[in-house]
Amino acid sequence: MDDRSHGDGHRPGGGPGDAALLLLADSRLPAGGHAHSGGAEEAVRLGTITDAGDLARFLRGRLATAGLVTAALAAAACELARTGHHPGREEDLATLWRQLDAEADARTASPAQREAGRTQGRLLLRTARRMWPSPALDTLGVAVPEGAHHPVVLGAAAAAAGCVPYQAALAAAYTAVTGPATAAVRLLGLDPVTVHRLLADLAPALNDAAHAACASLIDSVVTDDADPLAVDPCGDDRRRPPGGIGPDGDDATSSPEPGSAPGAGPCRGAGWPALPGHAAPALDLLAEGHLKNAMKLFVS
Amino acid sequence: MIARALLRTSAAPAGGTRLETMRSDPPLTLRQTGPGRVHLVATGAGPLGGDRLALGVDVAPGTSLEIRSVGATLVLPGHVPGESSMTVHARVGAGATLRFLPEPTVLAAGCSHRMTVRLSLAPDATVVWREEIVFGRHGERPGRCHTRFDATVFDTTGAGRPLLRQDLVVGDGHTDGSPAVYGDARCVGSTLVAGPEWRTQPDGKDERRAETGDGWAALPLAGPGVLSSALAADAVELRRRLERAEDAALRLAVAW
Amino acid sequence: MGAIHDDLHEAAAPGGRALRLGIGGPVGSGKTALVAALCRTLGPSLRLGVVTNDIYTTEDADFLRRAGVIDPERIMAVQTGCCPHTAIRDDIAANLDAVETLEERFGPLDLVIVESGGDNLTATFSRGLADRQIFVLDVSGGDKVPRKGGPGVTSADLLVINKTDLAPLVGADLTVMSRDAAAVREGRPVLFTSIREDKSAHSVAEWAAEMVAAWWHQHGPAGHAHEHPHGHPDGHPHHEDDPEPAVLPAGRE
Repeated sequence: MDDRSHGDGHRPGGGPGDAALLLLADSRLPAGGHAHSGGAEEAVRLGTITDAGDLARFLRGRLATAGLVTAALAAAACELARTGHHPGREEDLATLWRQLDAEADARTASPAQREAGRTQGRLLLRTARRMWPSPALDTLGVAVPEGAHHPVVLGAAAAAAGCVPYQAALAAAYTAVTGPATAAVRLLGLDPVTVHRLLADLAPALNDAAHAACASLIDSVVTDDADPLAVDPCGDDRRRPPGGIGPDGDDATSSPEPGSAPGAGPCRGAGWPALPGHAAPALDLLAEGHLKNAMKLFVS
Repeated sequence: MIARALLRTSAAPAGGTRLETMRSDPPLTLRQTGPGRVHLVATGAGPLGGDRLALGVDVAPGTSLEIRSVGATLVLPGHVPGESSMTVHARVGAGATLRFLPEPTVLAAGCSHRMTVRLSLAPDATVVWREEIVFGRHGERPGRCHTRFDATVFDTTGAGRPLLRQDLVVGDGHTDGSPAVYGDARCVGSTLVAGPEWRTQPDGKDERRAETGDGWAALPLAGPGVLSSALAADAVELRRRLERAEDAALRLAVAW
Repeated sequence: MGAIHDDLHEAAAPGGRALRLGIGGPVGSGKTALVAALCRTLGPSLRLGVVTNDIYTTEDADFLRRAGVIDPERIMAVQTGCCPHTAIRDDIAANLDAVETLEERFGPLDLVIVESGGDNLTATFSRGLADRQIFVLDVSGGDKVPRKGGPGVTSADLLVINKTDLAPLVGADLTVMSRDAAAVREGRPVLFTSIREDKSAHSVAEWAAEMVAAWWHQHGPAGHAHEHPHGHPDGHPHHEDDPEPAVLPAGRE
């Protein structure tokens, strides 16, 4: 992969998106993030998070599931915003944004989480459009007027700010754990340094999640774009050993070209179906329970 | 061991469903147990490490098929290192119904298993698809398992919209015991109920509300379906909770 | 702050948008009662919306709904994640979203009131959220509170000192409060009220109506003037039944 599209190049002094990444991931970014606990408030209420040990397990699990999924979606959105925008192609691009947003929908079974994700996305888009005005953010706002999912907006905002997909993924993974961590400090009165120690311990896992998210962008194997109703359902199995299907499969031929030319419209999005969809059944239950609880301090 | 089994229905001349193709491939053995009903019968242990099993299911337009299994599937490590895998590709045609209700998959210690489901639905197809995973036999730490579920609904032009994409990972240090993922549960189960009766209201901008209970939830999806989801300490409790969630999902169907 | 009213917002929608009035102050000072009073008094002549920021999601919103002073649909509750001051000052995104949602659903509106969650003396509204703001104190906190100042007391466009009926009971000297407030507020107005005795909070309502009228003068009324449903061709709401505004400082005898 080239470092332009994935940010892995080791340039002395870092890249142009580095400072923007700090702004984007900062909890002080005025985009409503401070009021989201990512399920932590309900877990505290139910007593499944009572101390720093519980919180550490909660954060690790959240990062491996929702964190990875949002990182991948953010990376995909960043890539689309960086490479997809060409004057006169707004219509195509709007379709692609809606498709990516639908991929986020399909990975969010809980309606409470979809609602929270769209609310956060809407608020972030409002803020990002004023901070980093860009045609991609405008198109996204028009394409998904009800508010795109937060990681989709985050990726588009990252591109507008000059970040690469890896940085977008890192910001998404980071906010997936810092929100609940801060909420737990407020709700349980945990020592803030203890909690930041937990976050420091998670740093390598955050990097790993961002790398995995970017890798998933070029590891496309599931090819849903053709209409399988028109082909034999076992067709795939005849072309290769059964079981070699899925994100860990070995079929490299259907992967989009790494670093493919900007504006390679038809290829764009081809890998999205295979992006990670790591589910967390407990987070789903927490989100729905939280929505029903009138006595809450956080949006999610 | 590599096995590929295939099930295909066709519309009977007098209406109803005919089993057009029922190709067993041990250890995947298929037995017809009723009209439009087939049981998977395990002939031999496993899957074992290294086994690659695949099942293709094609439910023809207007027909209906139910697939069950005789007993739980026990996934075991093999004599040779390597993953075992089970892949199911199913497509459900226009106006057809598929009910996939197997017994749980039990992950024995040391196993390494991969389950992949790809489900393609015609716009007015109906599906009930249940999956239950038990984390090890009694008192046993489970092996590793990664499941991936993709369900796509195709419109009349052939354009697909993803309905549900989910990975579940069991036996991983990052997620096991996490209050965010399975908590202290030893079993996880989900049932996708999808079809035209679960369409969102055309003017419904707001999300439909979920129904929840102790350890279960019926989650209306963004597309035409509801995911029933449950966590439990044991397989019996899991089934009880999942059935409650399935009942709730059926209640969420809309009358048109 | 009160002296600087240049608009730092994004351009108002064509035809103007509602004046956004923030109401802040410590817990229990009577913010929600004041919002209810303003709805009661201004509701007949102005098109209103209310955003609440209670500690717990819907407490204040429920109070207002029960009070029956405004269509419940026009009340939106915002969660603040334990930090009510953050939601009105440092990160106003959720409140702006709520205000705009109300304007979208029920607009054009004349006045949107944003009630903060109870907070401390340092909490003020961002000017990105509130065009004008009221800070509400009550006498039971002691007559030294205005002297202590803090951004809310010193810089709010209007300081309301509520529960004057309790002054004799808590030994608060209203003259002292009035003098101290005047000293730190550089001439910005202070009103003394007892919303328990005056359910219409007429003096505060009068001030708010003047602010709306001035807003119209500057930006044009929301929507078009001739379409204004309440027929104030001069752009001034007025309240025929209202008594004269209270003189300030209006220490109760």
